[in-house]
Amino acid sequence: MKRYNAWNMLWQGLTGHRGWEPAWRSPEPKPRYDVVIIGGGGHGLACAYYLAKNHGITNVAVLERGWLGGGNTGRNTTIVRSNYYYPQSAALYDFSLRLYEGLSKDLNYNVMFSQRGVMNVLHTRHDMEAGHRWVGAMNLNGIDAFMLTREEVKQRIPLLNTAPDARYPVLGGFVQPRGGTARHDAVAWGYARAASALGVDILQNCEVTGFRKSAEGRVVGVETNLGYIGAEQVGMAVAGHSSVIAGLAGFRLPVSSYALQAFVSEPLKPVMDTVMTSFGTGMYFSQSDKGGLVIGGGLDHYLSYAQRGNTPMLRHVLGAVADQLPSIGRVRLLRQWAGIVDVVHDSSPILGETPVPGLFINCGWGTGGFKAIPVGGWMLAHHIATGRAHDIAAPFALKRFHTGALVDEAAASGIPH
Amino acid sequence: MLRIPCPWCGPRDEPEFQCGGQSHMVRPEPWHEVAEATWGDYLFTRQNPKGVHLERWGHVNGCRQWFNVARNTVTHEIVAVYGMTDPVPASVAGAKP
Repeated sequence: MKRYNAWNMLWQGLTGHRGWEPAWRSPEPKPRYDVVIIGGGGHGLACAYYLAKNHGITNVAVLERGWLGGGNTGRNTTIVRSNYYYPQSAALYDFSLRLYEGLSKDLNYNVMFSQRGVMNVLHTRHDMEAGHRWVGAMNLNGIDAFMLTREEVKQRIPLLNTAPDARYPVLGGFVQPRGGTARHDAVAWGYARAASALGVDILQNCEVTGFRKSAEGRVVGVETNLGYIGAEQVGMAVAGHSSVIAGLAGFRLPVSSYALQAFVSEPLKPVMDTVMTSFGTGMYFSQSDKGGLVIGGGLDHYLSYAQRGNTPMLRHVLGAVADQLPSIGRVRLLRQWAGIVDVVHDSSPILGETPVPGLFINCGWGTGGFKAIPVGGWMLAHHIATGRAHDIAAPFALKRFHTGALVDEAAASGIPH
Repeated sequence: MLRIPCPWCGPRDEPEFQCGGQSHMVRPEPWHEVAEATWGDYLFTRQNPKGVHLERWGHVNGCRQWFNVARNTVTHEIVAVYGMTDPVPASVAGAKP
Protein backbone atom coordinates (compact mmCIF):
# COMPACT_ATOMS: atom_id res chain seq x y z
CA MET A 1 0.00 0.00 0.00
CA LYS A 2 1.40 3.35 -1.00
CA ARG A 3 0.98 5.56 2.06
CA TYR A 4 -0.75 8.89 1.83
CA ASN A 5 1.64 11.46 3.29
CA ALA A 6 3.13 14.84 2.46
CA TRP A 7 6.26 13.38 0.84
CA ASN A 8 4.28 11.05 -1.47
CA MET A 9 1.86 13.85 -2.33
CA LEU A 10 4.76 16.09 -3.28
CA TRP A 11 6.56 13.37 -5.25
CA GLN A 12 3.41 12.36 -7.12
CA GLY A 13 2.65 16.01 -7.80
CA LEU A 14 6.06 16.47 -9.37
CA THR A 15 5.75 13.27 -11.44
CA GLY A 16 2.25 13.77 -12.83
CA HIS A 17 0.35 11.62 -10.31
CA ARG A 18 1.11 8.50 -12.36
CA GLY A 19 2.37 6.37 -9.46
CA TRP A 20 -0.75 5.97 -7.34
CA GLU A 21 -2.21 2.48 -6.91
CA PRO A 22 -5.86 1.49 -6.62
CA ALA A 23 -6.92 1.91 -2.97
CA TRP A 24 -7.75 -1.79 -2.68
CA ARG A 25 -7.15 -4.96 -4.69
CA SER A 26 -9.99 -6.65 -6.60
CA PRO A 27 -8.93 -10.30 -6.57
CA GLU A 28 -10.69 -13.42 -7.82
CA PRO A 29 -12.38 -15.33 -4.98
CA LYS A 30 -10.36 -18.13 -3.41
CA PRO A 31 -12.13 -21.49 -2.89
CA ARG A 32 -12.08 -21.04 0.87
CA TYR A 33 -11.24 -18.54 3.59
CA ASP A 34 -10.80 -18.64 7.37
CA VAL A 35 -13.50 -16.00 7.69
CA VAL A 36 -16.08 -14.75 5.20
CA ILE A 37 -17.84 -11.47 6.01
CA ILE A 38 -21.17 -10.84 4.28
CA GLY A 39 -21.71 -7.15 3.65
CA GLY A 40 -19.17 -4.64 2.34
CA GLY A 41 -20.47 -1.64 4.24
CA GLY A 42 -18.63 0.07 7.03
CA HIS A 43 -19.31 -2.63 9.64
CA GLY A 44 -18.21 -5.54 7.42
CA LEU A 45 -15.07 -3.77 6.23
CA ALA A 46 -14.20 -2.66 9.76
CA CYS A 47 -14.64 -6.24 10.96
CA ALA A 48 -12.26 -7.50 8.29
CA TYR A 49 -9.72 -4.81 9.17
CA TYR A 50 -9.80 -5.59 12.90
CA LEU A 51 -9.66 -9.35 12.25
CA ALA A 52 -6.40 -8.72 10.43
CA LYS A 53 -5.01 -5.97 12.63
CA ASN A 54 -6.08 -7.06 16.13
CA HIS A 55 -6.15 -10.83 15.72
CA GLY A 56 -3.76 -11.58 12.85
CA ILE A 57 -6.45 -13.34 10.80
CA THR A 58 -5.78 -12.23 7.23
CA ASN A 59 -7.29 -15.07 5.18
CA VAL A 60 -10.54 -13.14 5.07
CA ALA A 61 -13.02 -12.18 2.34
CA VAL A 62 -15.64 -9.44 2.41
CA LEU A 63 -18.55 -10.17 0.06
CA GLU A 64 -20.54 -7.20 -1.18
CA ARG A 65 -23.63 -7.60 -3.34
CA GLY A 66 -23.31 -4.13 -4.88
CA TRP A 67 -20.46 -1.70 -4.40
CA LEU A 68 -18.53 -0.82 -1.24
CA GLY A 69 -20.43 1.49 1.05
CA GLY A 70 -23.36 1.65 -1.38
CA GLY A 71 -25.93 0.77 1.25
CA ASN A 72 -26.49 2.60 4.51
CA THR A 73 -22.82 3.55 4.84
CA GLY A 74 -23.27 5.90 1.88
CA ARG A 75 -26.84 6.90 2.77
CA ASN A 76 -26.66 8.20 6.32
CA THR A 77 -26.33 11.77 7.57
CA THR A 78 -22.76 11.16 8.85
CA ILE A 79 -23.40 11.98 12.51
CA VAL A 80 -21.15 10.46 15.20
CA ARG A 81 -22.17 10.73 18.88
CA SER A 82 -22.42 8.63 22.03
CA ASN A 83 -25.23 10.44 23.89
CA TYR A 84 -27.11 7.35 25.03
CA TYR A 85 -28.85 6.68 28.30
CA TYR A 86 -27.91 3.27 29.68
CA PRO A 87 -24.36 2.37 30.82
CA GLN A 88 -24.18 -0.55 28.37
CA SER A 89 -24.96 1.73 25.43
CA ALA A 90 -22.66 4.49 26.64
CA ALA A 91 -19.76 2.04 26.85
CA LEU A 92 -20.50 0.72 23.37
CA TYR A 93 -20.99 4.00 21.52
CA ASP A 94 -18.20 5.86 23.32
CA PHE A 95 -15.78 3.07 22.40
CA SER A 96 -16.79 3.84 18.82
CA LEU A 97 -16.44 7.59 19.20
CA ARG A 98 -12.95 7.16 20.65
CA LEU A 99 -11.96 4.93 17.73
CA TYR A 100 -13.27 7.62 15.37
CA GLU A 101 -11.01 10.15 17.08
CA GLY A 102 -7.93 8.21 15.94
CA LEU A 103 -9.34 6.66 12.79
CA SER A 104 -7.76 8.86 10.11
CA LYS A 105 -4.31 8.17 11.53
CA ASP A 106 -4.98 4.48 12.13
CA LEU A 107 -6.21 3.91 8.57
CA ASN A 108 -3.85 6.42 6.92
CA TYR A 109 -7.00 7.78 5.27
CA ASN A 110 -8.65 11.10 6.01
CA VAL A 111 -12.18 10.33 7.19
CA MET A 112 -12.68 14.06 7.91
CA PHE A 113 -13.92 13.46 11.44
CA SER A 114 -15.01 16.84 12.73
CA GLN A 115 -15.92 17.11 16.42
CA ARG A 116 -18.22 20.07 15.95
CA GLY A 117 -20.61 19.02 18.71
CA VAL A 118 -24.07 17.45 18.57
CA MET A 119 -26.82 19.66 19.97
CA ASN A 120 -30.33 18.71 21.01
CA VAL A 121 -32.77 21.63 21.01
CA LEU A 122 -35.56 21.59 23.59
CA HIS A 123 -38.93 23.26 23.11
CA THR A 124 -41.13 22.60 26.16
CA ARG A 125 -40.83 22.32 29.92
CA HIS A 126 -41.08 18.54 29.51
CA ASP A 127 -38.30 18.58 26.94
CA MET A 128 -36.17 20.46 29.46
CA GLU A 129 -36.82 17.85 32.13
CA ALA A 130 -35.99 15.07 29.69
CA GLY A 131 -32.82 16.91 28.70
CA HIS A 132 -31.66 17.28 32.31
CA ARG A 133 -32.36 13.60 32.93
CA TRP A 134 -30.48 12.58 29.81
CA VAL A 135 -27.46 14.79 30.52
CA GLY A 136 -27.38 13.47 34.09
CA ALA A 137 -27.34 9.89 32.85
CA MET A 138 -24.60 10.63 30.37
CA ASN A 139 -22.43 12.29 33.01
CA LEU A 140 -22.92 9.31 35.33
CA ASN A 141 -21.77 7.09 32.47
CA GLY A 142 -18.62 9.17 32.05
CA ILE A 143 -19.75 10.92 28.85
CA ASP A 144 -19.26 14.68 28.77
CA ALA A 145 -22.42 16.65 28.00
CA PHE A 146 -24.07 19.75 29.43
CA MET A 147 -27.19 21.85 29.24
CA LEU A 148 -27.39 25.04 27.20
CA THR A 149 -29.51 28.13 27.76
CA ARG A 150 -31.76 29.54 25.07
CA GLU A 151 -29.20 32.29 24.45
CA GLU A 152 -26.40 29.78 23.99
CA VAL A 153 -28.48 27.76 21.51
CA LYS A 154 -29.34 30.93 19.63
CA GLN A 155 -25.70 31.98 19.47
CA ARG A 156 -24.55 28.60 18.19
CA ILE A 157 -27.38 28.08 15.66
CA PRO A 158 -28.25 31.51 14.26
CA LEU A 159 -30.49 29.90 11.63
CA LEU A 160 -32.88 28.61 14.28
CA ASN A 161 -36.15 30.43 14.88
CA THR A 162 -35.96 31.24 18.60
CA ALA A 163 -38.74 33.84 18.63
CA PRO A 164 -41.07 33.51 21.65
CA ASP A 165 -44.07 33.08 19.33
CA ALA A 166 -42.41 30.38 17.18
CA ARG A 167 -44.40 27.19 16.61
CA TYR A 168 -41.54 25.40 18.40
CA PRO A 169 -40.15 27.99 20.85
CA VAL A 170 -36.63 27.24 22.11
CA LEU A 171 -36.26 26.93 25.90
CA GLY A 172 -32.74 25.49 25.87
CA GLY A 173 -30.74 22.53 24.73
CA PHE A 174 -27.87 20.23 25.50
CA VAL A 175 -24.69 19.33 23.71
CA GLN A 176 -22.16 16.54 23.47
CA PRO A 177 -19.07 18.52 22.39
CA ARG A 178 -17.09 15.44 21.25
CA GLY A 179 -19.83 14.45 18.82
CA GLY A 180 -19.69 15.54 15.20
CA THR A 181 -19.59 14.30 11.64
CA ALA A 182 -17.29 12.21 9.46
CA ARG A 183 -17.14 11.66 5.73
CA HIS A 184 -19.13 8.44 5.32
CA ASP A 185 -17.67 7.23 2.01
CA ALA A 186 -14.16 7.78 3.36
CA VAL A 187 -14.91 5.52 6.34
CA ALA A 188 -15.81 2.64 4.01
CA TRP A 189 -12.95 3.31 1.62
CA GLY A 190 -10.43 3.82 4.39
CA TYR A 191 -11.30 0.51 6.07
CA ALA A 192 -11.33 -1.24 2.68
CA ARG A 193 -7.90 0.11 1.75
CA ALA A 194 -6.36 -0.71 5.12
CA ALA A 195 -7.92 -4.19 5.21
CA SER A 196 -6.83 -4.95 1.65
CA ALA A 197 -3.27 -3.91 2.51
CA LEU A 198 -3.29 -6.49 5.33
CA GLY A 199 -4.37 -9.24 2.90
CA VAL A 200 -8.16 -9.18 3.05
CA ASP A 201 -9.92 -9.98 -0.25
CA ILE A 202 -12.71 -7.55 -1.09
CA LEU A 203 -15.19 -9.05 -3.55
CA GLN A 204 -17.74 -6.64 -4.98
CA ASN A 205 -20.77 -7.69 -7.06
CA CYS A 206 -20.75 -10.92 -5.07
CA GLU A 207 -24.18 -11.78 -3.71
CA VAL A 208 -24.74 -14.53 -1.16
CA THR A 209 -27.57 -16.78 -2.33
CA GLY A 210 -27.40 -19.52 0.30
CA PHE A 211 -25.45 -21.25 3.05
CA ARG A 212 -23.86 -24.69 3.02
CA LYS A 213 -23.90 -26.51 6.37
CA SER A 214 -22.28 -29.64 7.77
CA ALA A 215 -24.29 -32.62 9.02
CA GLU A 216 -24.16 -31.06 12.51
CA GLY A 217 -25.68 -27.84 11.19
CA ARG A 218 -22.50 -25.77 11.27
CA VAL A 219 -21.89 -23.29 8.48
CA VAL A 220 -19.07 -24.46 6.20
CA GLY A 221 -19.44 -21.95 3.37
CA VAL A 222 -21.68 -19.70 1.31
CA GLU A 223 -23.19 -20.03 -2.14
CA THR A 224 -22.74 -16.91 -4.25
CA ASN A 225 -23.28 -15.73 -7.81
CA LEU A 226 -19.49 -16.20 -8.21
CA GLY A 227 -19.71 -19.81 -7.03
CA TYR A 228 -19.27 -21.61 -3.73
CA ILE A 229 -16.88 -20.09 -1.18
CA GLY A 230 -15.87 -22.20 1.82
CA ALA A 231 -15.38 -20.63 5.24
CA GLU A 232 -14.37 -21.70 8.74
CA GLN A 233 -16.55 -18.96 10.13
CA VAL A 234 -18.98 -16.46 8.65
CA GLY A 235 -19.94 -13.00 9.89
CA MET A 236 -22.90 -11.02 8.60
CA ALA A 237 -23.26 -7.23 8.72
CA VAL A 238 -26.03 -6.44 6.26
CA ALA A 239 -28.25 -3.95 8.18
CA GLY A 240 -31.68 -3.72 6.52
CA HIS A 241 -31.25 -7.06 4.75
CA SER A 242 -30.45 -9.00 7.95
CA SER A 243 -33.79 -10.81 7.88
CA VAL A 244 -33.21 -11.88 4.28
CA ILE A 245 -29.74 -13.34 4.99
CA ALA A 246 -30.98 -14.90 8.25
CA GLY A 247 -33.77 -16.50 6.24
CA LEU A 248 -31.20 -18.07 3.91
CA ALA A 249 -29.40 -19.44 6.98
CA GLY A 250 -32.63 -20.80 8.45
CA PHE A 251 -33.44 -18.57 11.42
CA ARG A 252 -35.51 -15.47 12.18
CA LEU A 253 -34.54 -12.16 13.75
CA PRO A 254 -36.49 -9.58 15.80
CA VAL A 255 -35.74 -7.04 13.08
CA SER A 256 -38.08 -4.88 11.03
CA SER A 257 -36.78 -3.05 7.96
CA TYR A 258 -37.89 0.53 7.38
CA ALA A 259 -36.88 3.32 5.02
CA LEU A 260 -35.06 6.27 6.61
CA GLN A 261 -34.83 9.31 4.37
CA ALA A 262 -32.17 11.97 4.06
CA PHE A 263 -31.90 15.17 2.05
CA VAL A 264 -29.10 17.42 0.84
CA SER A 265 -29.58 21.03 -0.22
CA GLU A 266 -27.68 23.01 -2.82
CA PRO A 267 -24.29 24.20 -1.48
CA LEU A 268 -24.34 27.32 0.67
CA LYS A 269 -21.69 29.49 2.28
CA PRO A 270 -20.95 28.31 5.86
CA VAL A 271 -24.09 28.87 7.93
CA MET A 272 -23.98 26.01 10.45
CA ASP A 273 -20.95 24.75 12.39
CA THR A 274 -22.57 22.11 14.60
CA VAL A 275 -25.15 19.32 14.38
CA MET A 276 -28.69 20.04 15.54
CA THR A 277 -31.60 17.78 16.44
CA SER A 278 -35.00 19.16 17.39
CA PHE A 279 -36.79 17.34 20.21
CA GLY A 280 -40.09 18.68 18.88
CA THR A 281 -40.02 17.60 15.25
CA GLY A 282 -37.24 15.01 15.10
CA MET A 283 -35.64 17.05 12.30
CA TYR A 284 -31.85 17.12 12.38
CA PHE A 285 -29.31 18.84 10.17
CA SER A 286 -25.70 19.82 9.73
CA GLN A 287 -23.64 21.38 6.94
CA SER A 288 -21.21 19.31 4.93
CA ASP A 289 -17.77 20.55 3.96
CA LYS A 290 -19.11 20.99 0.42
CA GLY A 291 -21.69 23.42 1.81
CA GLY A 292 -24.83 21.31 1.43
CA LEU A 293 -27.23 21.16 4.33
CA VAL A 294 -27.59 17.48 5.27
CA ILE A 295 -31.09 16.92 6.67
CA GLY A 296 -32.89 13.96 8.19
CA GLY A 297 -35.94 13.12 10.24
CA GLY A 298 -38.12 10.12 11.05
CA LEU A 299 -38.82 6.75 9.54
CA ASP A 300 -41.52 5.84 7.05
CA HIS A 301 -43.50 3.73 9.50
CA TYR A 302 -44.21 0.63 7.44
CA LEU A 303 -41.93 -2.15 6.24
CA SER A 304 -39.93 -1.20 3.19
CA TYR A 305 -37.00 -2.46 1.15
CA ALA A 306 -37.34 0.43 -1.34
CA GLN A 307 -34.37 2.77 -0.96
CA ARG A 308 -36.30 5.93 -1.77
CA GLY A 309 -38.67 6.97 1.04
CA ASN A 310 -42.12 8.41 0.65
CA THR A 311 -43.59 11.90 0.40
CA PRO A 312 -45.57 12.22 3.68
CA MET A 313 -42.38 11.93 5.77
CA LEU A 314 -40.56 14.16 3.28
CA ARG A 315 -43.22 16.81 3.82
CA HIS A 316 -43.01 16.42 7.60
CA VAL A 317 -39.23 16.87 7.72
CA LEU A 318 -39.04 19.70 5.20
CA GLY A 319 -42.02 21.39 6.86
CA ALA A 320 -39.98 21.38 10.08
CA VAL A 321 -37.01 22.88 8.19
CA ALA A 322 -39.18 25.64 6.72
CA ASP A 323 -40.71 26.45 10.12
CA GLN A 324 -37.67 26.13 12.38
CA LEU A 325 -35.03 27.47 9.96
CA PRO A 326 -37.11 30.11 8.15
CA SER A 327 -34.17 31.82 6.43
CA ILE A 328 -33.40 28.68 4.42
CA GLY A 329 -37.01 27.85 3.65
CA ARG A 330 -36.48 28.62 -0.02
CA VAL A 331 -33.15 26.83 -0.41
CA ARG A 332 -33.47 24.09 -3.03
CA LEU A 333 -32.77 20.41 -2.49
CA LEU A 334 -30.18 18.64 -4.59
CA ARG A 335 -30.97 15.07 -3.63
CA GLN A 336 -33.30 12.91 -1.57
CA TRP A 337 -32.91 9.20 -0.88
CA ALA A 338 -33.47 6.51 1.75
CA GLY A 339 -31.55 3.72 3.41
CA ILE A 340 -33.16 0.54 4.71
CA VAL A 341 -32.57 0.40 8.45
CA ASP A 342 -32.83 -2.65 10.72
CA VAL A 343 -34.98 -1.63 13.66
CA VAL A 344 -35.31 -3.86 16.73
CA HIS A 345 -37.73 -3.46 19.60
CA ASP A 346 -35.28 -1.89 22.09
CA SER A 347 -33.33 0.15 19.51
CA SER A 348 -30.09 -1.54 20.53
CA PRO A 349 -27.90 -3.63 18.24
CA ILE A 350 -27.70 -7.42 18.02
CA LEU A 351 -24.11 -8.65 18.34
CA GLY A 352 -22.60 -12.08 18.53
CA GLU A 353 -23.83 -15.62 18.03
CA THR A 354 -26.78 -16.73 15.93
CA PRO A 355 -28.75 -19.99 16.25
CA VAL A 356 -26.50 -21.36 13.45
CA PRO A 357 -23.05 -22.45 14.71
CA GLY A 358 -20.22 -20.69 12.90
CA LEU A 359 -22.40 -17.76 11.84
CA PHE A 360 -22.00 -14.48 13.76
CA ILE A 361 -24.09 -11.37 13.44
CA ASN A 362 -23.83 -7.60 13.67
CA CYS A 363 -27.18 -5.90 13.03
CA GLY A 364 -30.01 -3.98 14.63
CA TRP A 365 -28.30 -0.58 14.70
CA GLY A 366 -31.48 0.87 13.24
CA THR A 367 -31.15 4.54 12.41
CA GLY A 368 -27.73 4.91 14.05
CA GLY A 369 -25.33 2.46 12.43
CA PHE A 370 -22.81 4.88 10.95
CA LYS A 371 -21.52 6.16 14.29
CA ALA A 372 -21.04 2.56 15.41
CA ILE A 373 -18.97 1.32 12.47
CA PRO A 374 -15.65 1.07 14.35
CA VAL A 375 -17.12 -0.62 17.42
CA GLY A 376 -19.43 -2.88 15.36
CA GLY A 377 -16.48 -4.12 13.33
CA TRP A 378 -14.26 -4.45 16.41
CA MET A 379 -16.83 -6.49 18.37
CA LEU A 380 -17.72 -8.82 15.49
CA ALA A 381 -14.03 -9.43 14.84
CA HIS A 382 -13.42 -10.11 18.54
CA HIS A 383 -16.23 -12.67 18.73
CA ILE A 384 -15.18 -14.47 15.55
CA ALA A 385 -11.50 -14.54 16.53
CA THR A 386 -11.80 -15.47 20.20
CA GLY A 387 -15.05 -17.43 20.23
CA ARG A 388 -16.59 -15.30 22.93
CA ALA A 389 -18.24 -11.90 23.20
CA HIS A 390 -16.22 -8.84 24.17
CA ASP A 391 -17.39 -7.51 27.56
CA ILE A 392 -18.80 -4.41 25.89
CA ALA A 393 -20.78 -6.50 23.37
CA ALA A 394 -22.08 -9.14 25.77
CA PRO A 395 -25.30 -7.29 26.80
CA PHE A 396 -26.32 -7.06 23.14
CA ALA A 397 -26.62 -10.78 22.40
CA LEU A 398 -29.59 -12.05 20.40
CA LYS A 399 -30.70 -14.15 23.38
CA ARG A 400 -31.86 -11.01 25.24
CA PHE A 401 -35.15 -11.22 23.35
CA HIS A 402 -35.80 -14.54 25.09
CA THR A 403 -34.40 -13.68 28.53
CA GLY A 404 -36.05 -10.25 28.58
CA ALA A 405 -32.84 -8.37 29.42
CA LEU A 406 -33.44 -5.63 26.87
CA VAL A 407 -31.28 -2.49 26.67
CA ASP A 408 -34.24 -0.27 26.02
CA GLU A 409 -32.81 2.81 24.36
CA ALA A 410 -36.02 3.09 22.33
CA ALA A 411 -37.68 4.66 25.36
CA ALA A 412 -34.61 5.96 27.21
CA SER A 413 -32.94 7.99 24.48
CA GLY A 414 -36.11 9.21 22.83
CA ILE A 415 -35.07 7.62 19.57
CA PRO A 416 -38.00 8.43 17.31
CA HIS A 417 -38.94 4.92 16.26
CA MET B 1 -47.41 8.58 -1.42
CA LEU B 2 -49.37 5.37 -0.97
CA ARG B 3 -52.96 5.36 -2.20
CA ILE B 4 -54.75 2.97 0.14
CA PRO B 5 -58.18 1.56 -0.76
CA CYS B 6 -60.13 1.74 2.51
CA PRO B 7 -62.89 -0.88 2.30
CA TRP B 8 -65.38 1.69 3.62
CA CYS B 9 -64.19 5.01 2.15
CA GLY B 10 -62.50 4.00 -1.10
CA PRO B 11 -58.99 5.08 -2.17
CA ARG B 12 -57.48 7.71 0.12
CA ASP B 13 -53.99 9.18 0.64
CA GLU B 14 -51.41 7.67 2.99
CA PRO B 15 -51.39 10.41 5.69
CA GLU B 16 -54.97 9.43 6.63
CA PHE B 17 -53.76 5.96 7.65
CA GLN B 18 -51.53 4.33 10.20
CA CYS B 19 -49.77 1.02 9.71
CA GLY B 20 -50.38 -1.35 12.62
CA GLY B 21 -47.73 -3.90 11.73
CA GLN B 22 -47.95 -7.61 11.08
CA SER B 23 -51.39 -9.17 10.94
CA HIS B 24 -52.69 -12.65 11.85
CA MET B 25 -50.59 -12.98 15.00
CA VAL B 26 -51.88 -15.51 17.50
CA ARG B 27 -51.01 -15.23 21.18
CA PRO B 28 -49.50 -18.50 22.45
CA GLU B 29 -51.70 -20.19 25.07
CA PRO B 30 -52.02 -21.25 27.81
CA TRP B 31 -49.69 -18.65 29.33
CA HIS B 32 -48.30 -20.92 32.05
CA GLU B 33 -47.10 -23.46 29.52
CA VAL B 34 -45.49 -21.06 27.04
CA ALA B 35 -41.70 -21.45 26.80
CA GLU B 36 -39.52 -18.34 27.11
CA ALA B 37 -38.34 -18.62 23.53
CA THR B 38 -41.91 -18.90 22.21
CA TRP B 39 -43.02 -15.93 24.27
CA GLY B 40 -39.99 -13.86 23.18
CA ASP B 41 -40.73 -14.63 19.54
CA TYR B 42 -44.37 -13.67 20.02
CA LEU B 43 -43.35 -10.33 21.55
CA PHE B 44 -40.45 -9.35 19.34
CA THR B 45 -39.98 -11.46 16.20
CA ARG B 46 -41.95 -10.25 13.21
CA GLN B 47 -42.27 -11.20 9.58
CA ASN B 48 -39.92 -8.95 7.63
CA PRO B 49 -40.18 -10.22 4.05
CA LYS B 50 -38.61 -8.65 0.99
CA GLY B 51 -41.85 -9.20 -0.91
CA VAL B 52 -45.53 -9.43 0.03
CA HIS B 53 -46.28 -8.61 3.68
CA LEU B 54 -49.63 -9.08 5.42
CA GLU B 55 -50.24 -6.09 7.66
CA ARG B 56 -52.92 -4.10 9.46
CA TRP B 57 -53.79 -0.55 8.49
CA GLY B 58 -56.11 1.80 10.35
CA HIS B 59 -57.95 4.65 8.67
CA VAL B 60 -57.15 6.65 11.81
CA ASN B 61 -57.78 10.09 10.31
CA GLY B 62 -60.89 8.93 8.47
CA CYS B 63 -63.54 6.34 9.33
CA ARG B 64 -61.23 4.88 12.05
CA GLN B 65 -61.81 1.31 10.88
CA TRP B 66 -58.97 -1.24 10.79
CA PHE B 67 -58.44 -3.71 7.95
CA ASN B 68 -55.81 -6.00 6.45
CA VAL B 69 -53.54 -5.14 3.54
CA ALA B 70 -51.20 -7.37 1.53
CA ARG B 71 -48.45 -5.03 0.34
CA ASN B 72 -45.19 -5.59 -1.49
CA THR B 73 -42.33 -4.14 0.59
CA VAL B 74 -40.12 -3.54 -2.46
CA THR B 75 -42.58 -1.92 -4.88
CA HIS B 76 -45.09 -0.80 -2.19
CA GLU B 77 -47.83 -2.17 -4.46
CA ILE B 78 -50.99 -3.11 -2.56
CA VAL B 79 -52.00 -6.52 -3.89
CA ALA B 80 -55.04 -7.27 -1.66
CA VAL B 81 -57.27 -5.60 0.93
CA TYR B 82 -59.45 -7.70 3.22
CA GLY B 83 -61.33 -7.57 6.52
CA MET B 84 -59.75 -7.81 9.95
CA THR B 85 -61.15 -11.28 10.64
CA ASP B 86 -61.04 -12.61 7.06
CA PRO B 87 -58.64 -15.41 6.14
CA VAL B 88 -55.67 -14.68 3.89
CA PRO B 89 -57.00 -14.32 0.32
CA ALA B 90 -56.03 -17.08 -2.11
CA SER B 91 -54.32 -14.53 -4.38
CA VAL B 92 -51.61 -13.91 -1.76
CA ALA B 93 -51.55 -17.40 -0.26
CA GLY B 94 -47.74 -17.52 -0.72
CA ALA B 95 -47.21 -14.79 1.88
CA LYS B 96 -46.66 -16.04 5.41
CA PRO B 97 -49.29 -14.92 7.92
